[in-house]
Parts: sequence; structure tokens; C-alpha cells
Amino acid sequence: MTDLTDLTIKDSLTKLKAKEISPVDLTDAYIKKMQNNSKYNAYVTTTTEQALAQAKVAEQHYMNGTNRPLEGIALGIKDLFCTKGIRTTACSHIIDNFVPQYESTVTQNLLNDGALFLGKLNLDEFAMGGSNETSCFGPVVNPWSKEVKLVAGGSSGGSAAAVAAKMCAAATGTDTGGSIRFPCSITGLVGVKPTYGLCSRWGCVAFASSLDTPGPIARTVDDAALLLSVMAGHDPKDSTSAPNAKFDIDGELKPVLGDGKTLRVGVIKEFNSVQISEDMKNLFEKRIADLKSMGAEIVEVSIPNILDALAAYYIIAPAEASSNLARYDGMRYGLRVDGTDLIDTYKKTRATGFGDEVKRRMIIGTAVLSSESYDVYFMQAARVRRMIADSFNRAFEMCDLIVCPSGAGTAMPLDSDLSPLEYYALDLFTVAMNLAGVPAVSTPAGMAENELPLGIQVVGRRFDDMRVLQLAKHIQQFSGVDNRPTVIMGK
Amino acid sequence: MAVDNDTVRRIAFLSRLRVEPDKLEDTKQEFNKILAWVEELGEVNTDNVEPLVSVNNESLLLREDDVTAGHISQEVLANAPAKEYGYFVVPKVVE
Repeated sequence: MTDLTDLTIKDSLTKLKAKEISPVDLTDAYIKKMQNNSKYNAYVTTTTEQALAQAKVAEQHYMNGTNRPLEGIALGIKDLFCTKGIRTTACSHIIDNFVPQYESTVTQNLLNDGALFLGKLNLDEFAMGGSNETSCFGPVVNPWSKEVKLVAGGSSGGSAAAVAAKMCAAATGTDTGGSIRFPCSITGLVGVKPTYGLCSRWGCVAFASSLDTPGPIARTVDDAALLLSVMAGHDPKDSTSAPNAKFDIDGELKPVLGDGKTLRVGVIKEFNSVQISEDMKNLFEKRIADLKSMGAEIVEVSIPNILDALAAYYIIAPAEASSNLARYDGMRYGLRVDGTDLIDTYKKTRATGFGDEVKRRMIIGTAVLSSESYDVYFMQAARVRRMIADSFNRAFEMCDLIVCPSGAGTAMPLDSDLSPLEYYALDLFTVAMNLAGVPAVSTPAGMAENELPLGIQVVGRRFDDMRVLQLAKHIQQFSGVDNRPTVIMGK
Repeated sequence: MAVDNDTVRRIAFLSRLRVEPDKLEDTKQEFNKILAWVEELGEVNTDNVEPLVSVNNESLLLREDDVTAGHISQEVLANAPAKEYGYFVVPKVVE
């Protein structure tokens, strides 16, 4: 018998509707994978009993024909989304006992459409990191690892590992500077950073509010599009939610290439000078050639300050974070470490509760917002941000969509012991899209020589998420990535 | 801008973070490296460029100033480190 966890969400739904499979068996199959794959440290909290109870309800719904769009689909939730009655930690010691009394909008949308949750997934503390090594629950291991343990990327490393190792059908993630796209690129998955404002941030633990973007992580572009259609929507509870936020999909994603269709695909000139692995270079060229062979017109576009995006990001994101994380004062929820007086209690609580990377960013953020530095650092970064956003607009006059690498190479080993600046450089290809608020999808591009997956991004105009996904689907079809790492591992 | 130990101490205080005295030197050095790197941004000519702090062009939406929630004190207090008689218990701030 085939393994039920090999089914895509689309195929699972077809078989569930035809009553060929039962949601209880399907959920059970994922739970078995969770038990067998605990070595990847993807889940920090499991809710399997609740999931099984929901699966039984789903079974009833299929029986009496009241099944909803995602009825009985088992998902993993990044532990940054507040889930009512289920511990939500942001993988930080400072709130590792926090039990939300409310449900985030995105997870509520998924629940309303019949999805069930297998548990909460590991991430870098407060989503600050690119390797999932800053979590207070320890690092996530990439399921593609062979002899040497590899990172799963970050910050949504637990989400990527869980989907790659079939410990859930798909997962939620959040992307502030690449936190969905980068982990997906090194685990052979599809990761969607939608247009800023498409998915509500309400109930997501905040990192950098003007950049934080919830989105789906899935095995196929069609699955990701289906999830996005459920997650997206206007939310009055999020003041930055777009009034017209909506992503509707009817069946499969339609092709944007072939049958004489014309599409102008842009390649960013400035990225040519960035050093990337030979594999990434070759695969990128191959996929461009594939798109060309289907009739795409390849045009070179310029985003003049895109290489300055990284420094701008590492001013803006810590600045917003230092203000967002001021709320963790040990008074109303979370950890409290008593001191000699109130100020001492604050300082001890925060020094004990936050990890090193979070403290580092607090210090940077506080410094760039201090009165003497505000204009030199923060406002200068915000001006560069405007230039980058404007450049994207100009580039999209020359082309319909842009493609570029998601990262420089394949997954690096755990405990690589890079300096903070070397870690920050991992975000080079991804941060500009957050600064500009444009949609970007990382999709598998192919396999490197070392038999590890690599991803490339498709980027579009704001609210052109549909075409971004449509082109990503073409690229995934060319990639030939078998996103079943357990097969590769010879098990 | 290279910062000294006093500046690091002051910024840590503003962040309400206790930095152990033996960690101060390391924190300063790391901080200076990152500052030196982000300072490269100063070389970008941004004359006549308006800062962009949010990509949503629309002004923030207004809503009626109505009470739409309430009577949830138990939920509000549910995660409190210390509570008594329906209140948060906090360190004494008035002498």
C-alpha cells in the first residue's frame, strides 16, 4: 500500500471526497511520521490527540456531505502563530509558558475551512535567524542530511523540516527577511511570501511589523496556492491588512507559458556580481533556458540599490523589533525574574528570557532609534527602502515577473559557527522583497551535485501573487526535485 | 561611529537588558562591527528621497470608537506571572 503521507493536499482531498481514504487514517499516517522523525526536532508542541478528534469530525463531514475546502488536512503551525489554548512560545524562554486565549486570524481561517493542526513547529527565537539554531528548544535538523547534520534554514526551519519529512501535509510560516523562502530553498519545498497585507498578522508574535508576512510552506505550488487562498483575506483586526486582500483559486493554477503565450521574465543585473555556488549558477541558467524554450522573453532589469537592501534591513528590522519586544517586561505574561526594584526586575527578566541573537538585535535596534542616530541610521535606511521599492516598480514596467536565486547554495552543516554578519549575509537574495512588500515564492529549481535541493524565487508586482505562483509552478515542473528526502536517505 | 563601553551600557539600559560586566567588552566589539557594516549605507545618495516606513500607501483605517469586547478579565490574567483579587501583582514602584 502506498504511504498516505506521499499524497499532495490536492490528491488527498480528491481521495477523501471519493471516500477512498479516511481522514482518520490520513492523520494517523502523519502522526506515525512525527513519531519516527522526532530526531529532526521540528515540533516543539504536539497536539495529536486533538488532531485525531478533529479527524473524526472530518470523517463525519465527508460522510454527510458537509465537508469544507480543507476538511481533514493535517497541518503544522509555526510556533509564532497564537493558537487558543495551545502553548505558543516563539521559541523564546521569555514566553515558553504562554498559552494564548485567542486564535490568530490565519490559523482561524484554516480551522474554519476544516484543517486540523498536528502541533507547533520550531523556529529561530522570535523568528530572528536564518538557520533555526537560535531556538530555545535547540536546532532543527534538515531531513536531507546524510552523514553530516545540516541546518533546515530559518527562521521557519521547523515548518520546512516537518513538511519535507512528511510530518504534516503543509505548514504555516512567516517571512520577515526570507524566513519562509530560504528554508524552503534548502529543503526542496515551495515557500510563499505573499504580498504584504494579503495575510493578516493579527495573532502572530511580532518581530518587525512593516516586514512580517505570514504564508504557506508546501510540497507543490498548487498546494501552496490552495493554502494561500484560505489564509488570505482582509482582517479589520490588522491595521495593515489590505482592504481588498483576497486570493481566489479555482482548481489548478493555470499555465502562463506555452500555447503561444507571451511573458516577460526579468533577471536582476545587480545579482550577477554576487558570488553563488556553481550548482546554483548552473541550475538557474538551466531553468531560465527552460522558460525561454516555452516562449518567455528574458529581459535584464536593474534594481540599483538591491545590494544595499541587506544593510537597510538590518537597521529597520532590529529597530522595529526593539520596539515590539519592549512588551516582554515580565508583568502581565511570560517570565518574571525578581530583582531589587522594578527596573532591576525588567533587566533581569529580559536578560534571562532572551537569547543572544535577540539581545544583539535589541541593542542594535535601540541604538539606531536613539535620538542622535535616528536620522543617520533609521531614516537613511528608510530612504534606501523607498529607492528599492521604486526600483521594483520601474523594473516591472520592463517585465511581468522577476526570477532570481533564493540563496547562494545548499544547506550548510549545523554548528557552522559563522559570525553574526556571515549569518546576516544568508538573507542577501530575500530581504529586498520584504522591504518592497512584493510577493515572492521560492520553488525547487533542481538538485546540486551533492544531491541536495536548491530553490529559485519568482517575484511579482504587489498583489500579483497569482502570476508569481503560476510561473513558480512551471519552474517546479522543470526542476525534477523529488521532495521525498527519506527516499534519498535510503530509508 | 564607534561606540565605547559607556555607550553600550547606556543602550543596554535603554533596552532594559542587563549586560554582565565581563560580557561588556565582547558586546561592544560585536556591536561596533555591525555598526561599521550598516554605516556603508551612509554612502548611498538619498537626497530628495522620502523615507518609506510602510509599503501600505493607504492611510490607516479609522473605526467607530465603540466598545466591542470586554468582561474577559480572566483571559487577560490567564498568563500573569503573579495575580491577586483579579489584578496583576507587580513590584512596588511608589515609596
